[in-house]
Amino acid sequence: MKRKLTMIQAITEAMDQKLADDSRIMLLGEDIGVNGGVFRATEELVHKYGPDRIVDTPLAEAGIIGAAIGLAMNGKIPVVEIQFLAFIYPGFEQIVSHAARMRYRTRGQYHVPMVIRTPYGAGIRGPELHSESVETFFAHVPGLKVVAPSTPYDAKGLLIAAMEDPDPVIFLEPTKLYRAFKQEVPEEMYRVPIGKAKVVQEGSDVSIFAWGAMLRVAEDAAKQIERENGLSCEVIDLRTLYPLDRDTIIASVKKTGRAVVVHEAHKTAGLGAEIISIINDEALIYMKAPVKRITGFDVPVPQFSIEDDYLPTAERVKDGIMETATF
Amino acid sequence: MSSLYQVLSPAGELVGDLKGQLDEATMIKMYENMVLVRQFDRKSINLQRQGRMGTYAPFEGQEASQVGSAMALTPGDWLFPTYRDHAAAIVHGQSMARVFLYWMGHMEGSISPKHLNIMPPCVPIATQMVHAVGTAWASKLQNEQHVSIAYFGDGASSEGDFHEALNFAGVFQTPTIFFCQNNGFAISVPFSQQSASKTIAQRSAAYDIPGVRIDGNDIFAVWLTMKEAMQRALEGKGPTLIEAVTFRYGAHTTADDPKKYRDQESLSEEWRKERDALQRLRVYLENQGLWNETREVELIERVSEQIDAALVEAESYPKSKPEDMFKHVYAEPTWMATEQESELVKPSKQEGIPA
Repeated sequence: MKRKLTMIQAITEAMDQKLADDSRIMLLGEDIGVNGGVFRATEELVHKYGPDRIVDTPLAEAGIIGAAIGLAMNGKIPVVEIQFLAFIYPGFEQIVSHAARMRYRTRGQYHVPMVIRTPYGAGIRGPELHSESVETFFAHVPGLKVVAPSTPYDAKGLLIAAMEDPDPVIFLEPTKLYRAFKQEVPEEMYRVPIGKAKVVQEGSDVSIFAWGAMLRVAEDAAKQIERENGLSCEVIDLRTLYPLDRDTIIASVKKTGRAVVVHEAHKTAGLGAEIISIINDEALIYMKAPVKRITGFDVPVPQFSIEDDYLPTAERVKDGIMETATF
Repeated sequence: MSSLYQVLSPAGELVGDLKGQLDEATMIKMYENMVLVRQFDRKSINLQRQGRMGTYAPFEGQEASQVGSAMALTPGDWLFPTYRDHAAAIVHGQSMARVFLYWMGHMEGSISPKHLNIMPPCVPIATQMVHAVGTAWASKLQNEQHVSIAYFGDGASSEGDFHEALNFAGVFQTPTIFFCQNNGFAISVPFSQQSASKTIAQRSAAYDIPGVRIDGNDIFAVWLTMKEAMQRALEGKGPTLIEAVTFRYGAHTTADDPKKYRDQESLSEEWRKERDALQRLRVYLENQGLWNETREVELIERVSEQIDAALVEAESYPKSKPEDMFKHVYAEPTWMATEQESELVKPSKQEGIPA
């Protein structure tokens, strides 16, 4: 019988299997031990692997990330959990000044194989600063890789790949999708390669690029518009935000000549701008219309009474698709 | 807590117990090392003035703290220096040529000798302290008998990372030694304005780890304190905070003018005359019949030759190529780096404005 897992179960399974497979792996974070993490991603793992490998740390993000850097330099592979993306800010200096640069500063003599997992994104009715989507901070920093899965299958495969990657990986988990749906996930260990996007749905009229929780919104919009207007949309899940999979992006827009980027991050300097630049550089002459961005706004993510008004909706994406289609 | 632990007085007299641990050969080596690094430091300032080196952070005045602490280490230990701890790095085995290279703007100057773990100079303040907790923690988990030492200054004790590092080290009982060189100034801000606590050592109480305040210009006190901290660490008894009270005679860096914020000449003169680390050890060694003017002259000549040789090595190091900046960003270069690199090295297009 095929098993179906939620994303959070897939993430737990990825860590569980790597913990069993590689004694260098250790997990660090606040409340990840007996409490199993605020989203239960590490549930039961402390009972299986003990408190030396599943470490409940003091409440100190710079301390957690900084200590993990030292652990990684001296033979361990730390997997850090930060409870929410906006809580990473106290540890930001450790990420950008040290984790990202250690290989460069030592000319390859030392490197930092570590993963920083953190839930991100809106739509869970969280309090202030629990819903941010600031992936662009990390995608801007040379030395980091940035990954954002949108399905349980990819979450497991990408997380295993991240734990085997020799470079530091920021692993962004869309909070809204943790328990949103189940999907068949193979029991064995498998890898989804970092740096490769996925064509989720083939199409010929418009390319839609999205990641994380916005992939579902993009898919919804594509389905509706196909039904309502007969437009054929190609939906692409970027999966890795740094390095971007340029080849897949370009191959798609060369075919369709039209594109819409959907992200819930703020519009200005969001990754949508980078994707448009890539298209300009490589495929401008194939384009029949300017690329449209459907994004969050340049405002702090609002409290949940108007959270849904901040987030891109299928309606907004459909409007964007129609604008490019009728340009 | 606020009294200073001292073994060798500024007058060069033994005022504390050597605990049977310091033999004559080690004492002579201490002196030779301090002379070497002082000459190195002076040479570096001259090189900067001549435009042969970039901005440089001098350490003269802090030799006993750096030399004494580094001499206590063993090869597998992890050393996390700031930008002012080249003396510690050199004594622990970093080549002087590499230290020159670093200040000449080559990242290759950060490469540690293979059998040692000497980290690159840390430019942000206090951030390396948590790394030293991490490497020490890994050593403990891997049952390796090694300590990690993090050097830092008095200003660093105001940073959050200082507190997070001490807290983590206390909670996880990591074999980490936090070695503060309190030289009284964080660039221009005196310690009295840096902190309301009288000492840095007293901060250890908050984390329930041992803290000790020592005369940082007394190399015997530094060395003996380090040995004790290392023993404690290796016995699984956790971290130690050491506050070595010292002074930098010169500027924060070659770009800084200390006359603006302190009575530079009289303060430095006072420390040089009354508390200098080299002077007091030399007097002690002379009184023991272990040192004399002939040996001094011979030593100065020997270290000058060593420094000159290191300088020749550093200055003959191959010039960095622009494409070197693309190396070692990731284990495998990304497509962006590969393309941007080829753009950089591509012969320039036709010059001039088209007709």
